Amino acid sequence: MTDTFVPPPYPQARTCPYDPPPGYRTFREDAPLTRATLYDGRTAWLVSGYDTARALLADPRLSSDRNRPGFPFLSPRFESFRGRRPAFIGLDRPEHAAQRRLLIGDFSVRRVASMRGEIEEIVDGFLDAMVEKGPPADLVADFAMPVPSMVICRMLSVPYDDHDFFQDASRRLLQSDDPGVAGQARDDLADYLGRLVDGPPAEPGLLARLVARPDRPDREDVVATAILLLVAGHETTASMIAMSVVALHDHPEQLAALRADPGLVPGAVEELLRYLSIADLAGIRVAAEDIEIAGRTIRAGDGVVIPNSLGNRDAAAFPDPDRLDVHRSARHHLAFGYGVHQCLGQNLARAELHIALTALLRRLPGLRLAVPRDELALRPPATIQGVNALPVTW
Amino acid sequence: MEVSADRAVCVGAGMCALTAPDVFDQDDDGLVTVLRPDPPAAARRAVRQAADLCPSRALRVAD
Repeated sequence: MTDTFVPPPYPQARTCPYDPPPGYRTFREDAPLTRATLYDGRTAWLVSGYDTARALLADPRLSSDRNRPGFPFLSPRFESFRGRRPAFIGLDRPEHAAQRRLLIGDFSVRRVASMRGEIEEIVDGFLDAMVEKGPPADLVADFAMPVPSMVICRMLSVPYDDHDFFQDASRRLLQSDDPGVAGQARDDLADYLGRLVDGPPAEPGLLARLVARPDRPDREDVVATAILLLVAGHETTASMIAMSVVALHDHPEQLAALRADPGLVPGAVEELLRYLSIADLAGIRVAAEDIEIAGRTIRAGDGVVIPNSLGNRDAAAFPDPDRLDVHRSARHHLAFGYGVHQCLGQNLARAELHIALTALLRRLPGLRLAVPRDELALRPPATIQGVNALPVTW
Repeated sequence: MEVSADRAVCVGAGMCALTAPDVFDQDDDGLVTVLRPDPPAAARRAVRQAADLCPSRALRVAD
């Protein structure tokens, strides 16, 4: 590396809804560990190899503490939250573990399995309404967003009737390129959820149980957790539902295989999680100590970005990685991250995706995009990848 | 094969219970419990996969 070498920028905009941006090619060629330039001109390590990504995500010497000097923010919006007390995903052990442990019982495989009937009713309800209204429809507004939104509302005992407010606030929080707007959205959500946390619980839900615990975290932490669960609980799954439809539309032979054998859907969900890698922004860390890895030394204080869209397209872990293949075994993907911060809601997401995709395949055999795929407006980088609207017909 | 789990490092991701449900479960608090410390031969492949997938590396498998 010479003084004149300027590493490519990260993150970059996708040009295809599901493939990594074309400009990430050099990151893939320089795998497993290379450098990237962040929006503010700083550089950071960029991890593009699967094994290295997994090793680093599990390494306690990498910190998730966004208030630690050197933390690699991906946009002004992220940076504007510096100094605030983050939700537990932005903390290290032992604080992270203490807060996460209060929640994991609510998201266990068994607990999620007990919710499947309710999720099926929610899916059928929104699908009925969309079908009754008739084509064309916006699959995001009519189905992909309301399903996970209502599911997480039921879990948290947040009134779904307020969905216009919190879906709008969550979109501002995650997508505004104006840090002031994103900060206001976070304040709006904190006020709203703070009132729910303080008030008498309308019905027993996760938040009410959390507040009732003798070892409850500080109010500020409970509110930060509530914002995280509400926002992450619907934005990510909503995007996965919509983008799965787009990806299967572009791969009719894969769609046909799923229609012919719905038993393939659980495996297809894992493959779609890998292939779409919508939460590409989540793997950001700062080294708390020097780390020798892949023949290089990551120094304490260095920023490290670990895009799951690149680890998930590493041919060493997934043969022919740029091919969508619903028959492949993709369960070791990094779409939910890895290490102690691996997605808390992953089993809920799996259940929602399984149920939603199965219902779409069964109920709407003629489902297709109502606009040319190239006309879809893709979201900018540094947020959950996807589309804000998906015109469909059937 | 001998299977054990370190509940002190478990983060409750549930990969084990999902991958080898005859051998692993999560208690009401979401933490790993080992149902079969000596899993039958038919479950061994799934147990190894569960150990590999565990994000907090809480599972120990000895042959």
